[in-house]
Amino acid sequence: MLSSNAFVDPGKMKDYHYTGPVEHRFSPYSFNGGTVLAVAGEDFAIVASDTRLSEGYSIHSRDSPKCYKLTDTTVIGCSGFHGDCLTLTKIIDARLKMYKHSNNKTMTSGAIAAMLSTILYGRRFFPYYVYNIIGGLDEHGKGAVYSFDPVGSYQRDTYKAGGSASAMLQPLLDNQIGFKNMEGVQHVPLTQDKAVQLVKDVFISAAERDVYTGDALRVCIITKEGISEQTVPLRKD
Amino acid sequence: MALFQVSGLKSFAELREQILPARQTHLFDRTNHYNFGTKTQEFAVPLGVDPSGFLGTCSRDGGVSIDLNHGTTTLAFKFRHGVIVAVDSRASAGRYLASNDVNKVIEINPYLLGTMSGSAADCQYWERLLAKECRLYRLRSNHRISVAAASKLLCNMMLGYRGMGLSMGSMICGWDKEGPGLYYVDDRGTRLSGRMFSTGCGSSYAYGVVDSGYREDMAVEEAYELGRRGIAHATHRDAYSGGAVNSEYTLVYIHQPTTPVPRCLRHFSLVQTGVSTIGRVAGTFQD
Repeated sequence: MLSSNAFVDPGKMKDYHYTGPVEHRFSPYSFNGGTVLAVAGEDFAIVASDTRLSEGYSIHSRDSPKCYKLTDTTVIGCSGFHGDCLTLTKIIDARLKMYKHSNNKTMTSGAIAAMLSTILYGRRFFPYYVYNIIGGLDEHGKGAVYSFDPVGSYQRDTYKAGGSASAMLQPLLDNQIGFKNMEGVQHVPLTQDKAVQLVKDVFISAAERDVYTGDALRVCIITKEGISEQTVPLRKD
Repeated sequence: MALFQVSGLKSFAELREQILPARQTHLFDRTNHYNFGTKTQEFAVPLGVDPSGFLGTCSRDGGVSIDLNHGTTTLAFKFRHGVIVAVDSRASAGRYLASNDVNKVIEINPYLLGTMSGSAADCQYWERLLAKECRLYRLRSNHRISVAAASKLLCNMMLGYRGMGLSMGSMICGWDKEGPGLYYVDDRGTRLSGRMFSTGCGSSYAYGVVDSGYREDMAVEEAYELGRRGIAHATHRDAYSGGAVNSEYTLVYIHQPTTPVPRCLRHFSLVQTGVSTIGRVAGTFQD
């Protein structure tokens, strides 16, 4: 690492001038893009993700959703490095089955979140490059969202965006769902239809401005009746 | 199996390992996720690379940027009537604000609290592990663990991983047989007992404010106000601590275990223009 210029714009085209010798090494990670969003309501939860899988300037797939169903009441959204997303979801599925066989009950959303935190921390020194958000219903039937960082720090939220367009979506959600920075507005609780419409609008905006988000949107709505999915087209360019 | 583990009895194989030195510790590049009840947590380590610098080197290529959540200003002080703990609620991941409502007071048990500053995941994980060890201690020896012993356990956990890039600055606070207890433990294995500590990037501001108003025989309300002011001034000036407007922070008062759960003044919201406080939304008391 002899030249600091090499670190100014990681991954982007560098100006064609010689900045000094730069060390190249194999990187075990790669960034595959994608955005995930989860919203918790009074008796429902929504997990939505775009379906674009990219790497650098290329798109590998336009139909690779990032929501994975874990149980009848829990869905996880994983974005970041696709290899780690696949492995992590495999491990979570295996642990869910083991729990079911040992304890004769399905894991609750809160328990899955706590378990995921320790799974991620087991890789504290060589992390899974995945930004996870779990959405589901808790034991009382209320919506719950748990957001994680790559090494397992987590907390329960009402709404959270993760992935490449998260910095664009989170302020919009803060304003529309959290009523932050608004004066004289009544804090109306979010209905399911309004929440679904908001999620669709928010992703359409994200696709406008983030190159790694687009193609289609997969929305999973979790209620006590079960999980229903919708697919909505987004910008393909 | 669970009872066997909880009772702390050692199996023959383990005793044998202690007498005949064990093989070298294995470095794993893949943790085994499928063992329930492993006594020691396994950690995967990138082989052949220094773990503390590893994430930094990965964050250069292909748009990869692994940013971990970090917590910021916390303070705690002891006085005659107990311990006051005040923390802000901001978590930053690089330059992005991951969250404005993180709970940085971690309840180890109803009589012991730990604070979070540094890496959020490190604090949450090791303090949760400390909670498990404190619970096992309580079950095995039939009395509550002291604050000194709990902080020693945490300090030894940190020493085991010293130099590997953990980042944790935590205050273990509680009330035990000796009275109010306050220890500062950090990722390098520092463990200090003291009257007052503040950690995080905003700590210098907090130290100034609390040092100027501290008296050992303060009334409880005065102590609340001092803790609140310490955090308020730190968050006002430090960019990485909960901002000047719309910031929430948590104030906790630890007192005698006649009422075992610490009374919590949660989430006072501070609204400021300039440097004078114009209003305060009353918090709710929780028992």
